[in-house]
Amino acid sequence: MKPVKKNWYDYLWILSLTYLILGFFNILFAWLGLLCFFIPLIISLLSGTKAYCNRYCGRGQLFALLGGRFGLSRRRDVPNWMKSRAFRYGFLAFFLIMFLQMLWNTWLVLSGVSALKEAVTLLWTFRLPWDWAYHGASVHPGIVQFAFGFYSVMLTSTVLGMITMILFKPRSWCVYCPMGTMTQLICQAKAK
Amino acid sequence: MNEAKTARKKKRAFVDSALCVACGCCAKVCPLSAIKIWKGITARVSDRCVGCGKCAAECPASVIHIREVEHI
Repeated sequence: MKPVKKNWYDYLWILSLTYLILGFFNILFAWLGLLCFFIPLIISLLSGTKAYCNRYCGRGQLFALLGGRFGLSRRRDVPNWMKSRAFRYGFLAFFLIMFLQMLWNTWLVLSGVSALKEAVTLLWTFRLPWDWAYHGASVHPGIVQFAFGFYSVMLTSTVLGMITMILFKPRSWCVYCPMGTMTQLICQAKAK
Repeated sequence: MNEAKTARKKKRAFVDSALCVACGCCAKVCPLSAIKIWKGITARVSDRCVGCGKCAAECPASVIHIREVEHI
């Protein structure tokens, strides 16, 4: 039996947690979340593996910790529809459309058509005032708008992941995670 | 001792590859490194598997099942 040995990448959940906390103090830190988008894509494109999901995903580790060691999960099976390809691909498409809409809102502020909205939209619906995390900066309002939009995406996915972590297994977010679905599709294409 | 008394059932993990999301949770908990993620597509089980069931319990999609395979 192999010994239980922790690696440096087993602690990346600390970075994920720090990221979420920083967003409550200064929204511009939200830009760092782009790493969670680009690193998995680059790894899958270059190596044809899901090494990011398998080893480096701090969010997955955070869910595993809260649902596993902290016992916050009911540890039930996810429903069959949630692991179906139709739902996973559908959720990926929905997620990408919402991402494009966020980019469009950023563009409107960048081009001066719209004013900066100091708010975070949770679950694509609920607009939460978030002005206390923006203290004025010498950057274009469009840069700040992207930060609010991107943090909305990150917070929404975290909240969704938390809900399914409690209801089902700790890492049930991994079943329908859009990044995981996307990198798996890249790996499938590369393997052909 | 006769053969019937010494015979025991062997168990092994089986992955539903069509539904596996290749997250790697199974590989993390396998005490024998008997399950690996193959090309980022699906988990694959090697002959080292003894069917302990840790991977099946951990799998977020619940697509790993432990089944008896043979008598030895």
